[in-house]
Amino acid sequence: MSEHRISMTINGLRHVSNAEARVSLSDFLRGNAGCTGVHIGCEHGVCGACTVIVDGLAVRGCLMLAVQAEGAEVTTVEGLAAGDGTLHPVQQALYDEFALQCGFCTPGVVMTLAALTAPGSKANEQQLLAAMSGHICRCTGYQGIRRAAKKLAAAPAGEQP
Amino acid sequence: MKPAPFDYLAPVTVEEACAALAEAGGGATLLAGGQTLLPLLNLRMSQPFIVIDLNRVAALKGISRGQACTRIGAMTRQCEAIASAELARALPVLVKAVKHVGHHQTRNRGTVGGSIALGEPAAELPATAVALDAIIEIVSVRGKRETAAGEFYLGPYMTTLEPDELVTAIRFPDWPQGHITLFREVAQRPGDFALVGLVGALVVEDGKVARAGLAWFGMGPTPIRARSAERMLLGQPLEAIEANAVAERAVADTAPFDDHHASAEYRRTVGARIFARTLREAFPAKEAA
Repeated sequence: MSEHRISMTINGLRHVSNAEARVSLSDFLRGNAGCTGVHIGCEHGVCGACTVIVDGLAVRGCLMLAVQAEGAEVTTVEGLAAGDGTLHPVQQALYDEFALQCGFCTPGVVMTLAALTAPGSKANEQQLLAAMSGHICRCTGYQGIRRAAKKLAAAPAGEQP
Repeated sequence: MKPAPFDYLAPVTVEEACAALAEAGGGATLLAGGQTLLPLLNLRMSQPFIVIDLNRVAALKGISRGQACTRIGAMTRQCEAIASAELARALPVLVKAVKHVGHHQTRNRGTVGGSIALGEPAAELPATAVALDAIIEIVSVRGKRETAAGEFYLGPYMTTLEPDELVTAIRFPDWPQGHITLFREVAQRPGDFALVGLVGALVVEDGKVARAGLAWFGMGPTPIRARSAERMLLGQPLEAIEANAVAERAVADTAPFDDHHASAEYRRTVGARIFARTLREAFPAKEAA
């Protein structure tokens, strides 16, 4: 059983702490870094609630070891809204389109959409909607999420729809 | 739902990885993209003593041209394969297959070599490698070897890979520009493993089928090459091809099973339908005739 000193950038801030090799990135973000916006659902890659952005790509936090993220740039849902509370365009779009109810799956949905609509991303509407198949939502029936995704696809990358 | 404790090694060269694997003597597991291994670890279905992470081995990454082939490093991520202009040109059916592997979020980590080496019988990439006559490059401390994808798979998750060996790359031979690609799968939801799937390519010269490579996935314990159907197609003028008859023959080569998703009978029935439909769509001229 190996323990590792792990350093990564989380939401723009450098974080260093120790963790056993077996600790997943999602558990590390919640337990070590206090980012409890990372929701842990199924822990085997099916539900998508733990999705975070690692080096620009949306990935399952539960399907990556924390030690693998050594040196990586990680963004969680805590890192999206502005300091004054202004929502990120993806969060605003989901809010406007009633795309959440209980909110458990929402951080994952937000992170996938944020990765695919970041400046420089070329994802079109079809790709955004297809990427939503990686998230399970048991409340909304997905229609609000689809409306938000379409709205975001129509807006220029990184801009408010 | 937390993995049992293990030691973690992150070699940066293939030699280091091989040495670590040999030293572990079967107690280690290789971590590629982790999109299958991490669930198995989390569920404690797999409890290795050592996890050897290949993600820092630069030599295992990337897509390059070889002699009359395209070489895909085992640690090339599925998202990189989808974005590759080289693959889109040389192996369009492989790109189509990769797009059906898991979800956007898992393809951002999952690797081409990981899927090929795992040998899930319902997975897209092993069947694609079998259909397109791919060669799998393997290395260990004992040396290098190569094997045809068609001889690599022994059963569900069972391959000819020895405990001290790792897959370094997969070589796909060239198919001529303008070849016909065939791909179709039936799954319950996007991202699920296929209940039934079909992948392949055809080359047509002077109106006749000159080369054929077709394989099933989800239709038996391994990817299954549709040899009898290929023999029926070879040399045939396009207008003479009876899609339903070829499909029946193709299904006869399979050994599907019952599970809680679908019965063997369902798989055979749907398999024949999608095979015939895929062939018909590949030759629109025939349908008009």
